[in-house]
Amino acid sequence: MTAHALPRIEDAAARVPHREPVPAPRGLAITARSLEKSFGVHPVLRRIDLHVPAGQFVAIVGRSGCGKSTLLRLLLGLDPPSAGRFWFGDRAEATPGPGAVRIMFQEPRLLPWAQVLANVEVGLGDGGRAAEARQRALATLRSVGLDHRRDDWPAVLSGGQQQRVALARALVSRPQVLAFDEPLGALDALTRISMQRLLEQVWLDQGFTAIMVTHDVAEAVTLADRVLMIEDGEIALDVAIDLPRPRERGSSEVAELEGRILRELIKNAAPGDDA
Amino acid sequence: MTRAPSWHALIQWIVPISLIAAWQLLCSIGYLSDRVLPAPSDVVAAAWGLLRSGELVRNIWVSFWRAIVGLAIGGSIGFVLGLANGLSRRSELVLDSTLQMVRNIPHLALIPLVILWFGIDETAKIFLVALGVFFPVYINTQHGIRSVDAHLVEMGRTYGMTRAALFWRVYFPGALPSIFVGLRYALGIMWLTLIVAETIAASSGIGYMAMQAREFLRVDVVVLSILIYALLGKLADSAARVLERRCLGWHPAFQKGPA
Repeated sequence: MTAHALPRIEDAAARVPHREPVPAPRGLAITARSLEKSFGVHPVLRRIDLHVPAGQFVAIVGRSGCGKSTLLRLLLGLDPPSAGRFWFGDRAEATPGPGAVRIMFQEPRLLPWAQVLANVEVGLGDGGRAAEARQRALATLRSVGLDHRRDDWPAVLSGGQQQRVALARALVSRPQVLAFDEPLGALDALTRISMQRLLEQVWLDQGFTAIMVTHDVAEAVTLADRVLMIEDGEIALDVAIDLPRPRERGSSEVAELEGRILRELIKNAAPGDDA
Repeated sequence: MTRAPSWHALIQWIVPISLIAAWQLLCSIGYLSDRVLPAPSDVVAAAWGLLRSGELVRNIWVSFWRAIVGLAIGGSIGFVLGLANGLSRRSELVLDSTLQMVRNIPHLALIPLVILWFGIDETAKIFLVALGVFFPVYINTQHGIRSVDAHLVEMGRTYGMTRAALFWRVYFPGALPSIFVGLRYALGIMWLTLIVAETIAASSGIGYMAMQAREFLRVDVVVLSILIYALLGKLADSAARVLERRCLGWHPAFQKGPA
């Protein structure tokens, strides 16, 4: 493996780092200005200023309780901000259409009483009844490789398969922004890796803006264009990841960046703090 | 839960059949007087006689009708209030403590009052059955709505479900297992209430038939009435189970083995 990996590094270093060709981005930019959130007197996010260009894949890392999931919840409208504002797209006045902003949760959150295909149709909102919508849901289910399970109950699927159905549900409305809240946290190592490949693939295919909260720095470095580290409610680190795709887990560039971010992450941690 | 092989279906009948055989034997050798317990064959003969006179069918029909109407009235009020108080904190605040207080009155304690209000006609029995089935349906519906996974509700909201869609696609199916528990409790209470009410104050129905038989020392008809109640109760429960199995096919407890 080492013999194969070495020329790749030289090769990559010789070239200007670039990304695989991406179709014209359909994504929406995300802009936040002085975004704040506190629960009672306890501030969770202080003055977040952020601009994510359309089509970028951003990963947010940080210790538990740093506010990374709170930021995601604010952007999705699940919680109201205490101060500041944010918007999608180029103009602050524009509101994204229905289904333009989607989230994939840590748990699949499939409706246990709806079959797989019906669960995907949930992502289409109220238009989920027509035959055309059904075709679209089926096509999306095929893109995550689960069209043969369309009539199964979610309970008989494995954890990884359930998460793929949840991904299809998030994708079926062709979102312009897709948020991930530790979507792979509950999966075993091998399933995780194949899901990461799948996520990267759909992102490359569809060009949405992706914003992913994760506690796995290696995952962040493998998938994202840019890694943000949040500490004490502020953006403490903002690193661009300019490695060519597909990135190999364990390659030396990935490992080096991962090490750098991890060192930052534990620099200020007292022993016994949550990692 | 795996599907039982066919001989399991036979095994469960061994004990009841032997009990009936022993009962028949004890009566035939004269160990049990027919004043105490008539033989199964006598009970069957009584059933045949009443069937031919049309009395049996008429009385079963009257009891069945009271049970169904009472269940429909009490069950739907309980269901609606359970939904309202499960979904709305305000509605719960206004109504729940009153309902909990009323619940602590045994509904059969109201029989003297109900007889004074309604006499011994249909309204009295239907009122008592409705009151009896109301609480299990109410409590379990409310509990079912409350215990719907908040994560699913949040998912529904972020995926843009309207309030109606949220109810029909998340709350209601989520509460259904609990609603069925309430329904099956209610069916038990429904027959119990009816038995007591028909025995005390009625001019028709199975309970009335039993009380009439007692007057004329027809122990066989008394035993027959008891058996009919048992049979009707079992039938109602089985019907609820079939419905449950059909509606909760998604539920891991009702799936026939791994797919």
